[in-house]
Amino acid sequence: MKRAIFVGLLLLSVFVAAGFAQTITLGFTVSRTGALNVDSLEQYRGFELWRDTVNAAGGIKGGGKSYKVQFASYDDESNSKRVQQLYTRMILEDKADFLFSPYSSGLTSTAAVVTEQNEKIMLTTGAAEEKTYKLGNQYLFQMFAPATQYLTAALDALKTKDPKASVAFIYEDSSFSVAVVTPAKAYAQQQGFNVAFTEAYAPNTTDFSAIIDKVIASKATVLLGGGHYADGSTLARQLYGHKVPLKMITLLVAPDSPQWSELGDAALGVIVPSQWEPQSTFKAQYGPGGADFAKAYTAKYNTPPSYESAGGYASGLVLQHSIEQAGGTDSAKVAQALNATDITTFYGRTKFSTQASEHGLQVGHTIFLAQWQKDKSGKPVKQVVWPLAGKSADLSYPIH
Amino acid sequence: MSGILASMIDGLLIGSVYGLAAMGLSLIWGVMDVINLTHGAMIALGMFGMYMLFHASAMNAYILLVPVIAGGLILGTIVYWLSVSWVIGRSQLMSLLSTFAVNMMVIGIGTAIWSTSPYNVDFSLPGITVGAYTFTGNHMAAAMSAFVIALLLELFLYRTRAGKAIRAVADNREAAELMGISSTRVLMIAFAIGIALAVASGALVSTLFPFTILSGASYQLKSFVVTVLAGLGKPFGALLAGVLLGLLEGAVSPFIAVSWIPLIEFGLFVLVLIVFPRGLFGRATA
Repeated sequence: MKRAIFVGLLLLSVFVAAGFAQTITLGFTVSRTGALNVDSLEQYRGFELWRDTVNAAGGIKGGGKSYKVQFASYDDESNSKRVQQLYTRMILEDKADFLFSPYSSGLTSTAAVVTEQNEKIMLTTGAAEEKTYKLGNQYLFQMFAPATQYLTAALDALKTKDPKASVAFIYEDSSFSVAVVTPAKAYAQQQGFNVAFTEAYAPNTTDFSAIIDKVIASKATVLLGGGHYADGSTLARQLYGHKVPLKMITLLVAPDSPQWSELGDAALGVIVPSQWEPQSTFKAQYGPGGADFAKAYTAKYNTPPSYESAGGYASGLVLQHSIEQAGGTDSAKVAQALNATDITTFYGRTKFSTQASEHGLQVGHTIFLAQWQKDKSGKPVKQVVWPLAGKSADLSYPIH
Repeated sequence: MSGILASMIDGLLIGSVYGLAAMGLSLIWGVMDVINLTHGAMIALGMFGMYMLFHASAMNAYILLVPVIAGGLILGTIVYWLSVSWVIGRSQLMSLLSTFAVNMMVIGIGTAIWSTSPYNVDFSLPGITVGAYTFTGNHMAAAMSAFVIALLLELFLYRTRAGKAIRAVADNREAAELMGISSTRVLMIAFAIGIALAVASGALVSTLFPFTILSGASYQLKSFVVTVLAGLGKPFGALLAGVLLGLLEGAVSPFIAVSWIPLIEFGLFVLVLIVFPRGLFGRATA
């Protein structure tokens, strides 16, 4: 009899425990195909590693319950029309509790229209353009440092080396790159640099010969710009092939990918404004340390993490923290917790603006500059060269 | 050296590759009355064919053109029997739909195999530097290869029995059949050569720029412009028109933003259609 009661209690406890282990659904799209797939997949891996880590630890704890994380995720084909359809589907059909953004500012601005209409929280990563956060949105929270910081950091570094440099801005004609270059160009002029040449190129450009000829004719010594992986890697390769006499090249996004080293000598010397680097030494108040994250990531994917991967993982951490603070998954309470967030993870500080004019804009995180240099064994590696306080190597200027 | 001259030389070099790509489209159109919508997909397959051979053998990429072209001939024969032979002589809409279907299948399978990530053929030849400008060895080798392939095609069409048969079928299929020429076989050979030219141009492009399985689409569009500029069904005119298009790109790009060049190209396209409805070389080339 006692044995039967014991078994019954055991079964009851299993059922009760099962009842408490609820599931939350996170919706997002990934550009598994199309021009953004390299960067987008790296971001996805960050999401995935976070999910697996959280679920292995029993899920997100909030209000005495545990929430296992599951994804509702689709391929957006790097296409904003797909993003609009899929975010609607994830909210209405998949009943996503929270959303992560697609990769890129352009796709995120499309997704944001849908999530705001449905009053769903979306943490954006891989989306640095500020404009989307200045439209009165209430449920949008930006993880990346804003676009204005990307190239102004490069200009600050340049000023210490060559305050009279002649600068060319060559950039992808996309919302993100335009948002980065427009303030950077004004800042360059304000800082006394000669802006010798400016031109935007179509996102699918593969032949940069004509633009390179114009850069040479302008006699610019520094090139700033780029866009995403496909165009940025092509531009760098062709600048090298045409032996353009540049002293500094800073390109957006692309050189952060571990794939960049496949460019061989064309990769060397190129600088990337970065949201995070493995050499970063933030003391994490919450979640794993940077070294632990990098180790787990490398073990799982056999490649080191990029800042897109770190941003993906950190988005999960910040959402997890907010659910814990809110004591559950109630959207209004989680939004409130996000508004109050001011934490430092391995990724750095995260704090969102609560001003009505720029609600959700990232105001805690800052940009690094990383440069591809050869290590002692001659292998190309990224080194943090800016800010000077956090550098792992000196800025190599001029490149060659 | 001035920037304009450098830009025009760059334009000339890449224009010859545009011309080679357009020759394949033009040949198929001229001989078969088929607008081949597999053209872009075949260019992309040429890119990946070169990529795989290069990584397997690590040989000089321009020597690998020979097996790539041979592969293109085989591929062209297969595509002909699978999708084109059934619609020869039927309405052009049928051949458009049939070749478009093959295009979609190739892109779908290619995306499943290679995704849409960019690939590179990591091969470079030393270039020539004149003043501040460097012309890469790959651009020069690609342009030379395009001219050599075009010359070989001319020799084939004008000096061999099979080539003469192709020209005869293009001129008058019924008369050629009455003279004992098997038009089915000739059409198959013409289609295979057209595909091989597309594959060869893709292989050459792969030595210049990164590519994805979707990259053929932009070269297909350019091939249509070049083909219409030259006059439909004029393969050698297509080569010349490709070179002219490249020169035009080079000449205007120093003065306007590069993103405006397609507007200039398509403006010219419309103008040529109005002023020379049979193309620039429509009368001159028989």
